[in-house]
Parts: sequence; structure tokens; C-alpha cells
Amino acid sequence: MTRGQTYNFAYLDEQTKRMIRRAILKAVAIPGYQVPFASREMPMPYGWGTGGVQVTASVLGHDDVLKVIDQGADDTTNAVSIRKFFQKTAGVETTTETANASVIQTRHRIPEEELRADQILVYQVPIPEPLRFLEPRETETRTMHALEEYGLMHVKLYEDISRHGHIATTYAYPVRVNARYIMDPSPIPKFDNPKMHRMAALQLFGAGREKRIYAIPPYTQVHSLDFEDHPFEVQQWDQACAICGAEVSFLDEIITDDAGGRMFVCSDTDFCNKRSGSTAA
Amino acid sequence: MNGSRETDSPILLAEAVSKAYGEQLGCVDISFELWPGEVLAIVGESGSGKTTLLNCLSAQLMPDRGSARYHRRNDGLRDIYAMSEAERRFLMRTDWAFVHQNPRDGLRMNVSAGANVGERLMAVGARHYGDIRARAVDWMEKVEVDTSRIDHFPRTFSGGMQQRLQIARNLVTGPRLVFMDEPTGGLDVSVQARLLDLIRGLVTRLQLSVIIVTHDLAVARLLAHRMMVMRDGRVVEQGLTDQVLDDPQHAYTQLLVSSVLQA
Repeated sequence: MTRGQTYNFAYLDEQTKRMIRRAILKAVAIPGYQVPFASREMPMPYGWGTGGVQVTASVLGHDDVLKVIDQGADDTTNAVSIRKFFQKTAGVETTTETANASVIQTRHRIPEEELRADQILVYQVPIPEPLRFLEPRETETRTMHALEEYGLMHVKLYEDISRHGHIATTYAYPVRVNARYIMDPSPIPKFDNPKMHRMAALQLFGAGREKRIYAIPPYTQVHSLDFEDHPFEVQQWDQACAICGAEVSFLDEIITDDAGGRMFVCSDTDFCNKRSGSTAA
Repeated sequence: MNGSRETDSPILLAEAVSKAYGEQLGCVDISFELWPGEVLAIVGESGSGKTTLLNCLSAQLMPDRGSARYHRRNDGLRDIYAMSEAERRFLMRTDWAFVHQNPRDGLRMNVSAGANVGERLMAVGARHYGDIRARAVDWMEKVEVDTSRIDHFPRTFSGGMQQRLQIARNLVTGPRLVFMDEPTGGLDVSVQARLLDLIRGLVTRLQLSVIIVTHDLAVARLLAHRMMVMRDGRVVEQGLTDQVLDDPQHAYTQLLVSSVLQA
């Protein structure tokens, strides 16, 4: 084991991890409900995933295999830093392969590959309150959640349609969990929303700055909000991934030169590598 | 239930409603009945407890003593202070409406006019964009706001238009009881006159029961069937509007009536 002598396992002290696990248990018991927790200072700035890191630290065990993605990629700064952080403080095995991971911490994406019941997906959440931009008072939004007063959420979608002719929200698209709580799915593209519905893996959400944890237990209904005459739709592309040729994945547009050259490639690097590796062989 | 109950009972029955702010009296022992289709004006000078009373009656403020019973469509007279918060808030977005003096308190300034009108519909479960929009247009016409401005923000509207929009937003779910707090305050006289005209038309057409707080006796004379005169938190005189204004009995009412500027 290469675990550092100066750190407790996974950085946080045991009392803190117990506190966070209690919050997680409550969150799992009330799907979609935001549970307040005593978020700690982490050795990284707010907005870089302090909530997700604390949740990961609390669920991680010695035998776990960790994968960290940022915008679907394993090799971006945020993903590399957090992976190294846990290598150093917990000494756990890490991987870039979705299928081999038991805990996946993510920012802005859900892996393309279907997750299994023995996996946990941990999301980093900047603003956990979906009603925040319409109702700035926390006391009021909590009451609205408690009383299931969710008309305001549709006001936002109404505004989208009246201004753009369609629901123009493309990420952090609000969902209703287990036919009860309205939840912010973190800034994942709405392309990923259908994957949350009845997912086999446990989904945990951590917001460090806002000090909230929420969860979607396995096989829970997750419904994206919409209007009867403007049903929920996901993004579509008229081309396939330029590297692996996938037609079912979420594509990033990459600018390749200063002359307007561009290509569309999978945002999920592991998914893309696997496919292009197998097609090349 | 049976058809006669609707008219056999007052829509709102207040008994000895009292509210004090520490030593400071808000309102004391206010009792009255409000019948369906009736407009009741509460007049008095600033600080006489009008707004405190209105906030108590609309359950936005809990009184220290007394009860207010509201005649619900399904189960008759119910004490609003004994209802759960969920029930009260449900009433507030269905059966009741509250028109604030300042439209900024009653409108969402950063969402479009159409969404402002549609919000109550969506709050009670409307999920068809086309229908919601059609009803918003319909109501904007009813309150004489240019429908081409349906996607504009209320903050770009004039004061009179904002107030009319606030009324549309409140009436869209077909409330039976409307609370108004100085709805014409701060508007110039010609705009005031048109707004009063509009309110009077809507009240008659929709058979609304209204409690309107105002310090403007002309507003009371124009809109109200009955009025209560308040001073220092107490009702000093009440009766039919014309009777109170033309033949005031209490010294304070006489002072109020004689203080009206003659144009």
C-alpha cells in the first residue's frame, strides 16, 4: 500500500465520514430530497467538486476501484487531480474503464456504458436547488418542496418556449424523482437525463459549498419535466463520432485549427477508446 | 353540496380578530361578515390597522386572538387559522387572490407577462403550453393590456399596466375572494379611474367577494357596498357605503369625510 502516513484513509477523519454517511442514508431514504450536511473545507476550491469528493471519500473502501471523469473525459485537469488525490490519501486502485470501476465520481456527464447495481455514481453539484433562480429565498424554496408546490418550475420552462419556441434548457434539466421531489440533476446535458431513470447503480449528489447531499436509489423513477404539447426531448446530432463512429453517444465539438476546421467526437473518452480500439483491431 | 348553502352562508366570517405588536396595537376585536358577491371597504388613515387586519384575514399574519372562518367550496365554513399551511397556501393560489399596492410585491418582475399570468395555472397543474398561453392572452385582453407584450417583462410596463397585469395574474384561476391593499395607490388620477372602472366591471361580472383596504374615500364610494372605518386599530363605524359617507355618525368619520379635497 502506498497510502500516505500523514492522512487518514481518504483524507477525511472518521467522524466526518460517519456524519456524511448518515446524510447519505437519509438522502437514499427520501429520493431527491436535499439533506443538509456539515460540509468540510477541502484542499481544493469550491466549484471544483468539494461536495463530490466528500461523498466519494465517505463511501470509498479499501477494495474499491475509483474512476473520475470530468465532461466525460478521464484526462482533464479536474479528473486527474481528484484521481491522484484519492490515490495519495486512500491508496485505492483507480481505473479509466467504466466497467471496472466500483465508484465513479463525475462532473457534467453520465458514462455512456450502462451502469450496474454494484456501482456507485457520485455527482459534483454546484447549485442543488432547482428553484433557486426563480425564488431566491431558501426558506421559501424549502416550503415549496415540503408542500410540493412546483408550479414555478414550469414557469421557467414556459419562459423557454415563449422565448425560443422550444424548451431551450440543455443542461441541469429539472427532473421529478419518484413522483415527489423536483431535483437538479447537476449540470449534466439533458441527453443524460433518461439514463437516470431506473438506473441500476446508486446515484449520489454532493454540493460542497451549498452543504447539501441528495440521492437517487437504484431503480427509481426519474421523470424530466415537460409540457403536454412540448414533450421532453434529448439533443441529436446529424453525424457520428469522427473517431469511433458511434451514433448513440453525446458528442463534443472540437475546433481543430484556426481555419474553422472542426470535428465531433464522443465526450466519453473511455467509451470512444474502447470502440475505436476494437474497430481498429 | 346542496345548492342553497352557497348563498345561505357568509363567505368569510371574522370574530374578534385581534393582533398586537408588543405594546403596539395592530387591530382589536374586529368582527364582521362578508357575503358572496359583496365588496367591503376598510378605510382609515395610515397606522389605523387596516393592513394588519387585511394580512390577518388573508392568513399571512397570525392574529393573537379571534377566528376567521372561510366558506370552502367542498366543506363549508372552516377556521383559516386552524388549517394546515398547505391548505392555506392552496387557498391562496386557487380560491383567494391578493392584489398588492405595489405591483413589485405581487408580480415576478424577471419573468414575462404571460408567465406571470400563467403561474397560478401551472401551480394548480396545467401542463399544456398552448392552453396556458391562450388563457394568458385572454386575461390580458380582459384587463386591457396590449397582448403583443405578452413576452415582455413587467418591469418594462407602466405602473397602471403592472397593476392590471397583477389583477389578471390573480384572477386567472377564478378566485371567489379577493383581498386588495390600496390597489390604486401611487397611480395618477386618469389611470386610477380606468383601473377602478376595470375592477368594478370584473367584480360585477365574476361575482367576486372583495375586501379592499384604502385611505381614498372616493375608491370606497365607487367600489364598495359596505365599509368599515378604522381608527387606532378599532372599527369606529360601519354600514352601507353611501350611508356612512353621506351621513357619518362618528366624529372621526365626519372628520375623514370633511377632509376630502373638493376639485
